[in-house]
Amino acid sequence: MSLLEVNQLKTYFKIMRGYVKAVDNISFTLEKGEAIGLAGESGCGKTTTALSILRILPSNGEIKEGSIMFSGMNITKISDEKMRRDVRWKGISIVFQGAMNAFNPVYRVGDQLVEAIMLHENVKKSEAEARGKKLLELVGIEPSRFSNYPHEFSGGMKQRALIAMAISSNPSILIADEPGTALDVIVQAQILKLLRELKKNLNLSMILITHDLSIIAETCEKTAIMYAGKVVEYGSVFEIFREPQHPYTIGLLAAFPNIKAAKTRMKAIPGFPPDLLDPPPGCRFHPRCKYAMDICKYKEPALIPDNKGRSVACHLMNK
Amino acid sequence: MSETIVRAEKLTKLFILKTGFFKSLTSRQTLAVHAVDGIDIDVRKGEILGLVGESGSGKTTTGRLLLRLIDPTEGKIFFHNKDITKLNENEMRVLRRKMQIVFQDPYSSLNPRMTIGDIVAEPVRILEQRTPKDTEDLVKKALDDVELHPPDEFFFRYPHELSGGQRQRVATARAFVLNPEFVVADEPVSMLDVSIRAEILDLMIALKEKHNTAFLYITHDLALARHLCDRIAVMYLGKIMERGDVDQVVTEPLHPYTMALLEAVPVPDPAVKRSETVLKGEIPSPVNPPAGCRFHTRCPSYIGEICRTKEPQLLDVGNGHMVACHLYPKK
Repeated sequence: MSLLEVNQLKTYFKIMRGYVKAVDNISFTLEKGEAIGLAGESGCGKTTTALSILRILPSNGEIKEGSIMFSGMNITKISDEKMRRDVRWKGISIVFQGAMNAFNPVYRVGDQLVEAIMLHENVKKSEAEARGKKLLELVGIEPSRFSNYPHEFSGGMKQRALIAMAISSNPSILIADEPGTALDVIVQAQILKLLRELKKNLNLSMILITHDLSIIAETCEKTAIMYAGKVVEYGSVFEIFREPQHPYTIGLLAAFPNIKAAKTRMKAIPGFPPDLLDPPPGCRFHPRCKYAMDICKYKEPALIPDNKGRSVACHLMNK
Repeated sequence: MSETIVRAEKLTKLFILKTGFFKSLTSRQTLAVHAVDGIDIDVRKGEILGLVGESGSGKTTTGRLLLRLIDPTEGKIFFHNKDITKLNENEMRVLRRKMQIVFQDPYSSLNPRMTIGDIVAEPVRILEQRTPKDTEDLVKKALDDVELHPPDEFFFRYPHELSGGQRQRVATARAFVLNPEFVVADEPVSMLDVSIRAEILDLMIALKEKHNTAFLYITHDLALARHLCDRIAVMYLGKIMERGDVDQVVTEPLHPYTMALLEAVPVPDPAVKRSETVLKGEIPSPVNPPAGCRFHTRCPSYIGEICRTKEPQLLDVGNGHMVACHLYPKK
């Protein structure tokens, strides 16, 4: 049994004009100590998937169908109380996008760490403080900065402190939402290195959400490429980066500059993602796909696994 | 070598920090942010010069200084070999039509209450006397140039009706409507989705070739700069550390800082294993930049006393490849 199994998850947002199908029938699994990267353009449902796993969707969002199995229990079915007590933070925790604004500016960083620890663990304040300092040290911040305010931290330090907070109750899964954006290249490289180290030393499983495929290539073992609420390609990073099969994956990789490879012209994917209130019939990518055939316009391709453990949702694969 | 359009000598910009009333009584010392500190730079006709560095290295300030959107503390700026450092607003206005800028964030650089037509027409209205009909034709041609088809349809739309990529096209049309000779692009794609970045960059290259513009491209993304630029200048704490042709800088980097930057760029290929050595720490405060070489506090190839005490000059080490580091003797 895998640590986390997401099965045919559908998360919709209800708005005046109907349902926005933000996540529409996606499945993936995550093993202990493994990292998966969810990649795709803005609005493809990456973050919604993460929020569904933690059940912290905005009030108009709803898990319509599907199950999320976390160490044997279906967390779409358990009570809010149990979710709060046993799953969030202790089982699965998240580092949100935008470290700059995630801390409360009027409380000391240390106090915010202590608050998180004391809410989830039955410990005395002094113990929580000692643990907070240790955590800061673990992520590479001087423990003496424990009682600084957030504005005294640089962007990279805030990101580190947030990671410390997320791992404060020894979760088995860490979700990192765009951990690199809004940071400089060098600081970004430092943060990614930290995540890789934590993953190795604490045997953490990670879900990495990003639009930057190169970050996934460096950090994850497998990846799910998402488009308009669907997973279009899923498998090991080695397979997918070496031989992308889905036209969307090929397009994404071609839109990326690679500093180590020969200088090539970058190619954009023409058009823009569809309106998820009323997505196109058939394959959702067909209006932008240069290989689109007739069948793509009415029949939705299923995610079919090949013999090497990679799955692709494209009619071209049957040819 | 093609003609130099914009050139700056010993360009310096200090931003004086405000001190409180009581502090001003106890200390006469004024503090200043050394945003740009005595750099020489030139941008030639029909080329893209990439200005690369971390946040706080002074890239954006340099761009704005060259356009004289802000005034330099010291140094001279030349436009077609004419000193424009001391020109007043009226004299500058004549030149403004020849120098334009595309800002980073297309969500805040377009006025939400103006139509696309008005936004693109604004520089024409301010800088040239033209009939309304003439202006409209010019605007439509500019919209057509940036591939917003059909221009008639976009003319009466508002920015909120457009996607991020389309907005950045509008900002580009506004910069190119008067056929400028020098354009500064300040991280124009960093706010856009990966899948459409290439489109906007292609568009900028096409426009540059069409108008034979001198282009200053400001970015922190070396991988992107490599695919786009003809020459690259690497900045750190207000100084230029290395400058040369794009292939010189990217394939044979000399300065330890350039090497560190290159090393930090993630590679979209899981088979490539990067070394786990990442530069430690963050860029020091520009209020009190380190003495000697500004990079010595983080430098992995620190060679001793000289780095801490003597500031290295930007020297030619062959074929126009300039580097400011004590590791390299002058050729």
